[in-house]
Amino acid sequence: MKTSFTRATLLLAALVGTSGMAAAPTEKISDGVVKIGVLTDMSGPYSTLGGKGTQVAVEMAVKDFGGTVLGKPIRVIGADHQNKADIASAKAGEWFDNEKVDMITGLLNSGCALAVQKVAGDKHRITMNTGAASTDLTNKASTPYSIHYVYDTYALGKVTGQAVVQTGGKSWFFITADYAFGQSLEGNTTKFVTALGGKVVGSVRHPLATADFSSYLLQAQSSGAQIIGLANAGTDTTNAIKQAREFGIGQKGQKLVGLLIFDTDIKSLGLNVAQGMQFTSGFYWDRDDASRAFAKKFFAIHKAMPTMDQAGAYSATMNYLKAIKAVGTDDPDAVMAKLKAMDISDFFAVHGKIRVDGRMVHDMYLMEVKKPSESKGEWDLLRIVKTVPGDEAFMPLSESTSPLVKK
Amino acid sequence: MELSFQTVMSQVMLGLNNGVFYAILSLGLAVIFGLLNIVNFVHGALYMLGAYVALLGYTMLGPLLGKPDFHLNYWAALIVAPLVVGLLGVGVERTMLRRLRKFDHLYGLLLTFGLALIIQGVFTNYFNVSGDAYEAKPEALNGAVNLGFMMFPKYRLWVIAISLLVCFATWFVIERTKLGSYLRAGTENPELVKAFGVNVPLMITLTYGYGVALAAFAGVLAAPIYSVSPVMGSEMIITVFAVVVIGGMGSIMGSIVTGLLLGMVEGFTKVVYAPASSTVIFLIMVIVLLVKPAGLFGRES
Repeated sequence: MKTSFTRATLLLAALVGTSGMAAAPTEKISDGVVKIGVLTDMSGPYSTLGGKGTQVAVEMAVKDFGGTVLGKPIRVIGADHQNKADIASAKAGEWFDNEKVDMITGLLNSGCALAVQKVAGDKHRITMNTGAASTDLTNKASTPYSIHYVYDTYALGKVTGQAVVQTGGKSWFFITADYAFGQSLEGNTTKFVTALGGKVVGSVRHPLATADFSSYLLQAQSSGAQIIGLANAGTDTTNAIKQAREFGIGQKGQKLVGLLIFDTDIKSLGLNVAQGMQFTSGFYWDRDDASRAFAKKFFAIHKAMPTMDQAGAYSATMNYLKAIKAVGTDDPDAVMAKLKAMDISDFFAVHGKIRVDGRMVHDMYLMEVKKPSESKGEWDLLRIVKTVPGDEAFMPLSESTSPLVKK
Repeated sequence: MELSFQTVMSQVMLGLNNGVFYAILSLGLAVIFGLLNIVNFVHGALYMLGAYVALLGYTMLGPLLGKPDFHLNYWAALIVAPLVVGLLGVGVERTMLRRLRKFDHLYGLLLTFGLALIIQGVFTNYFNVSGDAYEAKPEALNGAVNLGFMMFPKYRLWVIAISLLVCFATWFVIERTKLGSYLRAGTENPELVKAFGVNVPLMITLTYGYGVALAAFAGVLAAPIYSVSPVMGSEMIITVFAVVVIGGMGSIMGSIVTGLLLGMVEGFTKVVYAPASSTVIFLIMVIVLLVKPAGLFGRES
């Protein structure tokens, strides 16, 4: 029985191989190529803040890394998940099975991100999520192969929620995107608002990509709440803010607070409309010399300054490739172990650290939109009011419900 | 949420704003059904097409003609889009719908439904599913008017006013003029009307063209309020068909009044129990069908 003999030796070899980490894997780079997939909203409400720009950032990182790792080429592919979880998970499955994709990044839209993270976890492939926000990604849905890189609804709700309540915004009404992300953001913000003695007087849910916010805004107005919290993102947020002005809402007594705002949203609203608004961000292009240098290079290609999602995708890709180089293989377990041990310091994060639950902990910033008179250029939109250390901004491991956290 | 006068009135006002779109679209459907006996399922797609004529006329027509500074402005779009879509409708009637006249209207429904899927599919392929903003709202209609109980954007007031005008003008022409009486007679007994020297086939073609032009007109009116997307029509058409069924198939005044009323009912539902607002129209449809199967304004045959 020659075949069973070979099978037994192979099995033995495999056992030896896994038991001793030092034993070199037969193939250092699986399939002879490192492939990175950018799966995100390329055409919908979030495409301006992520979309093609995220792919541009990933391609920049690959180029800056040198285009090869351990002598093998690095390839980038992109696809539009159209904000549909079924399309996202089918695409991810196809990429892992047929296209030999090693890592997926981008993943705007929490519904899509949760679906893809599940597929990736089952297939032992890495996701480095820069776009989606739900805290479920690092809690009950976390896998040994998932990283949540840029921000989440806990940090957004905590930093913005506390800042608003402390300056007198005690009663809130939420206008919330009706899917995983919006619900998570509303829930997390509510926790911090009520903890400081604020109260939530009501909320209304709208479908993703809503064009007409007028009736939701009128409900918010008649609730009498001081703060109208927008637990949505992208064009949903900008549409709501623009229409609020049309109906004269948010000018007398009531105030609109965007809980997730990107530079591109401010650009679309204009400083006249947006001035004075405060929100939380994981990155701002004009923070220091390193971030400005990256932003300049990015702008030359994409004709817009990088958002935190786009900058995060560059940083995630770069550190992923560094980890592969350091461990000498693209084996997902080895790379994840390295990533979780690395100090992540670059133009994006200062001493960032990827925790056991996949949460990348780094400083968050409370931002304020400049007055038109303070702005010195087309993209001179914001200033950093406060830097919140990562350990304060993100959910502590003691509150985690991740199966990876031992208690 | 307390039922204050202000809250109710502002939602009802917004409801009226939606209601005029229901009215103008269901009016087109009623005219077409009444005179051609066709359930025009392509109506939503043509409403979308009207919005795209306005959008592309503003953004792409200039560069296409080699004059990058040329933009088809809003007022011109209000005329051009219905004309373009109306002509398309005339083409469709002449080449396709005409052949189905002698068959059951199920065939017309299937044909127009197929056309709707094709048009929507093509647009989904080339354009942003989540919609593009139409930025050409005229300067004169910017800003808001204080109605006492709320600030109401001028543009929406304009939409309400012009839509009501177009609806009642259409009703007047069909129900109160000689031309209208020819139209109505032509559907009752085409042979007899032909004998009087009236060109009935031409009349039918033009009626279809007018019906779909109304859809395109509504599309242009909607463009600055909602974003222009390939699916804007399919989202609208389901509700509009419910309106037509409630009003009574083919009843001109019925479709206008029902459209306005149901828009306001929807608005009022948002005050009482917001999540029900998207289903309240269908609930009313079920009740009306049970109690008065021909619709509120329909005649039992």
